[in-house]
Amino acid sequence: MKYLKNVTTLTYTGEKCTGCGRCVDVCPHAVFAMIGGKAAVLDRDLCMECGACQRNCSAGAISVDAGVGCASAIIRGKLTGSEPVCGCSEGGGACC
Amino acid sequence: MKPLKIVNTNMDPAALSPLRQQSSCAPKACSCTTEAAPALHDEKALRGARWIEGAIDTPAGRVPVVSTAWKAADRLGQVRARVSSFRMKYAIDPGLYAVGRPGMDSDVYVSANYKLSFDVLRRALAGKDAWILVLDTGGINVWCAAGKGTFGTTELVNRIKVSRLAEMVRHRRVIAPQLGAVGVDADAVKRETGFAVRFGPVRAADIPAYVSAGYKKTDAMRRVRFTVLDRLALTPMELRPAVKPYLVFALAMLAVSGLAPEGILFRQAFSGALPLLVLGLAALFAGAVVTPVLLPVIPFRSFAVKGLVAGAALVVPIVLYSGMFEGADAALLAASYVFFPLVSSYLALQFTGASTYTGMTGVKKELRYALPVYIGGSIVSAIGLIAHNLLVRGII
Repeated sequence: MKYLKNVTTLTYTGEKCTGCGRCVDVCPHAVFAMIGGKAAVLDRDLCMECGACQRNCSAGAISVDAGVGCASAIIRGKLTGSEPVCGCSEGGGACC
Repeated sequence: MKPLKIVNTNMDPAALSPLRQQSSCAPKACSCTTEAAPALHDEKALRGARWIEGAIDTPAGRVPVVSTAWKAADRLGQVRARVSSFRMKYAIDPGLYAVGRPGMDSDVYVSANYKLSFDVLRRALAGKDAWILVLDTGGINVWCAAGKGTFGTTELVNRIKVSRLAEMVRHRRVIAPQLGAVGVDADAVKRETGFAVRFGPVRAADIPAYVSAGYKKTDAMRRVRFTVLDRLALTPMELRPAVKPYLVFALAMLAVSGLAPEGILFRQAFSGALPLLVLGLAALFAGAVVTPVLLPVIPFRSFAVKGLVAGAALVVPIVLYSGMFEGADAALLAASYVFFPLVSSYLALQFTGASTYTGMTGVKKELRYALPVYIGGSIVSAIGLIAHNLLVRGII
């Protein structure tokens, strides 16, 4: 299953890659693969912007605007003028 | 190194009472470690936990041993967490637990203190000797908590230290669920604690295969899936938030339909509102059940459009063929055709929060288009409903 085309904020700078393979290891949607000792982006449209790759890329080669892909969180964020966060621990909403 | 002393395995939960005697005795402050290990857990928090089957004494304190089998209470808890806000308080005490008879060389698995996350992990560790390090995620599952940062570098570093993990095991590695990588920077954990973080499989059920393959993941173990059963299990919590708005809608429709110069006429209220209440239910079902379950089959990638398609597919045949709308005026038909598919679309868009492949930028883009349509459509529908009620009463 793929979500909207060409919306992800994922950017990858191949020159910085040290070839550790961590991004391939943590991506839940196989966006990355190791090709010739370096990471390569196979399909950007599979990215869900979870941010696991960015957090674990010590070379700083990956950047993604990570956040919750959840409509009610984004609507709530708009209403309160804050960043969208999922309502799990706020007690009110019964989400994830 | 001396082997760990095993005590009280197979004892009943009441036998954990030594924990109680020592709960006032802080591990650092007292000298009781030589006789009986201090409790590493808050005894009160563990009281009555049927999934604890004993305890082992370690140099750093007494660690509860947990069962790898699910009891009826665990299964009931899973169902309740799936269908109600019970999930918001389905938490266990964070800290270190044991499976089997772990020793200095046993693996350490990291989990969240949402009980269902913990239950799924301990079940997957059947037959193994292992440690489970439970992080305090506020009772939230691994992936959501990692997104919020509570299943994160800081908490993992802190939990490794307060649980005195370095005294429990000789090796220096922990196995964290792969989805925890959203919040855990493995390099930072290694720098601050000396423990290397290995990201294990996404699903705990794959742990036995992962371990026997020499701690190697297959590509399939890395992938998040979203099967029809996964999606079906999520539908109760999609429907639940819609119940209250539906009741408000139903009361409003009954009131509007029943309104007469004499007050509210009940027969008129029911006959007038019934078709709309049926369409309302159809829209809830289309957006909160049909769209999630048939997600990959429904055309278009946008959740809002998927919901609109599913909503129209249910609403249009009801209007055309149920007979409830025979002789209905154009105002009522227009309001019905506009409003109910949009309700389904809105509910389907909410499912982006539970889906495993939608990203924030895409959802924001959908909302930019969808919100104005929802607001405009609601206004048009309200005007249609008012016009219909005026027509029925011969006012216009």
